[in-house]
Amino acid sequence: MKGINEDKKRYSGRTILRLGRYMLQYKWMLALAFLCTLGSNLFSLIGPKLTGLCIGAVEPGRGAVDFGAVFYYAAWMAGFYVISAGMSYGLQVLMLTISRGVVFRMRQEVFEKLMTLPAGYFDTHQTGDVISRISYDIDTVNASLSNDLVQLLTTVITVAGALVMMVTISPRLVLVFAFTVPLSLFITKYITSRTRPLFRKRSASLGELNGFVEEMISGQKTLKVYGREEYTQGRFDGKNKEAVEAYYQAEYYGSVVGPCVNFINNLSLSLISVFGALLYLGGAMSVGDISSFVLYSRKFSGPINEAANIFSELQSAFAAAERVFRLLDEETEAADAPGAGELTRVRGDVRLRHVSFGYEPGRMILRNLSLEAQPGRLIAIVGPTGAGKTTLINLLMRFYDPQSGEILVDGQNALSYTRSSLRRAYAMVLQDTWLFHGTIYENLAYGKMDASREEVEAAAKAARIHSFIMRLPEGYDTVLTDEGTNISKGQKQLLTIARAMLLDARMLILDEATSNVDTRTEQQIQRAMRRLMEGKTCFVIAHRLSTIENADLILVVDGGEVVEQGTHRELMDWGGMYRRLYEAQFE
Amino acid sequence: MKQLVMKYLRPYFLKMGIGFVIKFGGTIMDLCIPYILAHIIDRVIPAQNRPAVFGWGGLMLLCSFLAVSMNIIANRMASRVASDAAEIIRRDLFSKTMHLSNAQIDSFTKPSLISRMTTDTYNVHQALGRVQRLGVRAPILLLGGILVTFTLDWAMACVLLAALPLLALITIAVSRRSIPMFGALQEAIDRFVRMVREDIAGIRVIKALSRTGFETEKFRSINAEVARREKKNGMVMAVIDPSVSILLNLGLVGVILTGAFRVNAGISEVGKILAFTTYFTIILNAVMSITRMFTMLSKAIASGSRIWQVLECGEDLQVLEKVYGEEKHEEMHGEEVMEDCEICFDHVTFSYRKKGEPNIRDLSFCIRPGETLGIIGEIGSGKSTIINLLLRLYDVDRGRILIGGRDVREIPTREFKEMFGVVFQNDTLFEDTIAGNVTLGRRLGEEQVKEALLYARASEFVENRSGREEEALNIKGANLSGGQKQRVLIARALAARPRILILDDSSSALDYRTDAQLRRGIREHFQETTLVVVAQRISTVRNADQILVMEDGAPVGYGSHGELLENCAVYREISRSQMGEEAAG
Repeated sequence: MKGINEDKKRYSGRTILRLGRYMLQYKWMLALAFLCTLGSNLFSLIGPKLTGLCIGAVEPGRGAVDFGAVFYYAAWMAGFYVISAGMSYGLQVLMLTISRGVVFRMRQEVFEKLMTLPAGYFDTHQTGDVISRISYDIDTVNASLSNDLVQLLTTVITVAGALVMMVTISPRLVLVFAFTVPLSLFITKYITSRTRPLFRKRSASLGELNGFVEEMISGQKTLKVYGREEYTQGRFDGKNKEAVEAYYQAEYYGSVVGPCVNFINNLSLSLISVFGALLYLGGAMSVGDISSFVLYSRKFSGPINEAANIFSELQSAFAAAERVFRLLDEETEAADAPGAGELTRVRGDVRLRHVSFGYEPGRMILRNLSLEAQPGRLIAIVGPTGAGKTTLINLLMRFYDPQSGEILVDGQNALSYTRSSLRRAYAMVLQDTWLFHGTIYENLAYGKMDASREEVEAAAKAARIHSFIMRLPEGYDTVLTDEGTNISKGQKQLLTIARAMLLDARMLILDEATSNVDTRTEQQIQRAMRRLMEGKTCFVIAHRLSTIENADLILVVDGGEVVEQGTHRELMDWGGMYRRLYEAQFE
Repeated sequence: MKQLVMKYLRPYFLKMGIGFVIKFGGTIMDLCIPYILAHIIDRVIPAQNRPAVFGWGGLMLLCSFLAVSMNIIANRMASRVASDAAEIIRRDLFSKTMHLSNAQIDSFTKPSLISRMTTDTYNVHQALGRVQRLGVRAPILLLGGILVTFTLDWAMACVLLAALPLLALITIAVSRRSIPMFGALQEAIDRFVRMVREDIAGIRVIKALSRTGFETEKFRSINAEVARREKKNGMVMAVIDPSVSILLNLGLVGVILTGAFRVNAGISEVGKILAFTTYFTIILNAVMSITRMFTMLSKAIASGSRIWQVLECGEDLQVLEKVYGEEKHEEMHGEEVMEDCEICFDHVTFSYRKKGEPNIRDLSFCIRPGETLGIIGEIGSGKSTIINLLLRLYDVDRGRILIGGRDVREIPTREFKEMFGVVFQNDTLFEDTIAGNVTLGRRLGEEQVKEALLYARASEFVENRSGREEEALNIKGANLSGGQKQRVLIARALAARPRILILDDSSSALDYRTDAQLRRGIREHFQETTLVVVAQRISTVRNADQILVMEDGAPVGYGSHGELLENCAVYREISRSQMGEEAAG
């Protein structure tokens, strides 16, 4: 337990340093902001002085007023206030620019991080929680950066100024603060140490709630047809209560700081008046001195009070920043090996040698798997569900790397190529189609941004989706709404096939690419598919065995191992698992 | 926003009122302290009265204690009210969201609903707490300050007050501009959320196509858009503070000048001007606090109205008393056949967009209890739409759908939903145990779960998992293979022994053997269940009692496998393509 606490403590320290680094990007603007703060605070100190002079020129008595002096000082006052206001606006603009810049960068970094995380990260981390980090948590950091820093700066300046003034008036009376300032520091620190975990919990429980909401809204249709609204509501209520309670606790304890510090200020004020009175009675201080001392002490304690409020805001900002940084510190896909080369002029020769792999240690999905795919060959992988077919694709694409054994591409270990060049060498159509919010044209040209309109249309025609597209009101410019809900799964598959057709990769992976396409359409696109496969090394996973009869090599995978391999004819003659699977189609 | 406040804060008005009173007390205590101080300096010290010094000092301490405790209590109450109200708003919003019809979800879009559920409720929660905590002190100080200045010198007070309407004007003008700006900002955030969601869903494709750089650039522009809007809002809001301070300070200059004339005329005193400046600071700070609250409120109002948009959404797809009477229907079957029909589509026409070509055109068919209906057809021919209509996820445009002789629109919701077990094409597995995914919280015993998994042919792999039925699944069932996912989904549909079982292309990832065994098992153990199967494979539907062949939203064949082979060209062609000549023959 202690270890965790210490770890958290170290994390807090680092969090502040890291936030500081983001701010330092803008050191010139920060310096300017500092000057503005200094300036507007000094002016606000001069303001009362001028007011005093101006009022001083108003001599009591009928007709005794020195209007010349009054107007003179009044003009100065007006001038100073306008400048001071101008400066404070400038300051806000500066801080906005800085905080927006920092937030922009943080969001960008988080997003880039998301792009480099291993694909499996999102299998165990709810999308909603990730969204919560990139939006709510970063927002919290930002709100604090743009307001609280200025406030803190103001505090420091006024407190320092007031302290100096007070020391000049009565060093002895300042001793009161030797008691109250440590006291307020102590209380603030105490409350802070209590609230810190609360703010952490607040961010975490909100993230969890958001994760839940995202998951449930995504699956709303299913929950609805099973009439599970009430049940889901029950689970939501629990999480909602937790999040609200965490918010309440943090907010409540955070808001205790203000009144407490205010109390200490009042305490010091009381002490000052009592001791001041005693000093006066002892003849060590004049009434005038006491009253200006009190005025400055108010100047002194006002900002401290503010600062205490800011403290609780900073707490929540740090808790939020921690969550952001933890995400940024997640392990990414291992970097490309040093000296990794680009895979260019691909021949399409792929060999697996004694590859073993499991997602979790101790549970191997693939065991000692070897296979050879010569350029231009069609390799089919069949087997019962859960046999490890999709895992094999994950390894080919290097979403994961094998625990032992190696994968050779064009005679070299796949690890010796950069990931992006290796992946570019493959075209891939997966079972899970993915389309994004954008026009059909953009979705099709996604893999090849420089594709001409004609090329795109040709691919769509080949994939037998052109006429469907043309029947849509906007044709190729039809915007696919979120998750492409306005078209069927089969149509999505055809679109992703068309997308793959536009790529000029030397290797092709088809993982159940046509599982939701009716066979008639499938047959109609056969020719195009064959053209797509022509001259490419193809890896095909399919249940409809009719589609792979003419494969050069069929691998039958079961329990992570290749149990049979050969051509269709050979395997049928062999009479093993393949034959049983094949015949099951006609049962 | 007004409705939102009225609806959700009304129950707390009393509690809020008490909180305000306590806060008021605390504020007064806070304000007493300087008065006592002034008293000590002005009266007690000159009187050289030591015991009185301690007495008054003790009173100050007492006031401090009261102030701190009252403020803490009031803050606590405010936080409590804000949290409770936010909890209920969020609960209702979630409940509403879960009950929205598919058409409504499509029009809001899921990312927008998600950000309404999350950021918008958060904004409202935050504002509720802060406004309560800060909303008492500032107005009290403002009013008190103004009152005192009036007692001092009405003419000077009027000069200062003259600045207030101008201030109000500026604040209102800024709020007017900023509320729609915050709305626009939230919309930009919706886009932002959508992109993150989308890219997480498609991360493998993005990586496979090496488009991470492109996505990053795309995100950069959305990110920049959000940042730009946030900055713009900030700039508009930032106008308030300096203009408050300019106006009030100029007001102060005016006060001094007026004071100078009045002193010169002998109707006022310098001391009054001096006192005026003290109260002026209080007024200035109070006004600043109030305008700051406006900023917070603008954001909350924009968010509140986004929440309200969802909450005020009408109940779609209500259960109707009696659908017909006015319209006469040509029935495709005789009245008596309709009687013993389980599912009957009667001249159904429907389109999603409500314009252009309908997605389903004049569809009629009928199946008896315990029968199996197979639906087959090209993609986009309307197969899934039939399922959507049968499940009443959408209402028909024309015609009617009957279950057991009753129009689906007349069947009470709960009863209606308990009739079905469904697996959709893109169905969802949740981050829960296998058993939890099967039951979805329905009252189903362990035995029923086991049985369902067995008939769905999922037991074989479930038994091999270390946790068996209690094995936790990753998000979207990511630790299962495609075929395993489908089998868990089928188990979910079977578990409650539904009256009607719908499988929409839900065995596509199963190998043929498993698929065949699965179908046999279902027919054997669920003889009373009416089965609707949408499939691509002839083998999945060939044993069905009736097969419906769809093309372009209209039926082109209806009958048994044998009948269709004889008289439906489309069916023959599909069959030939899958089974080869001999099987089709």
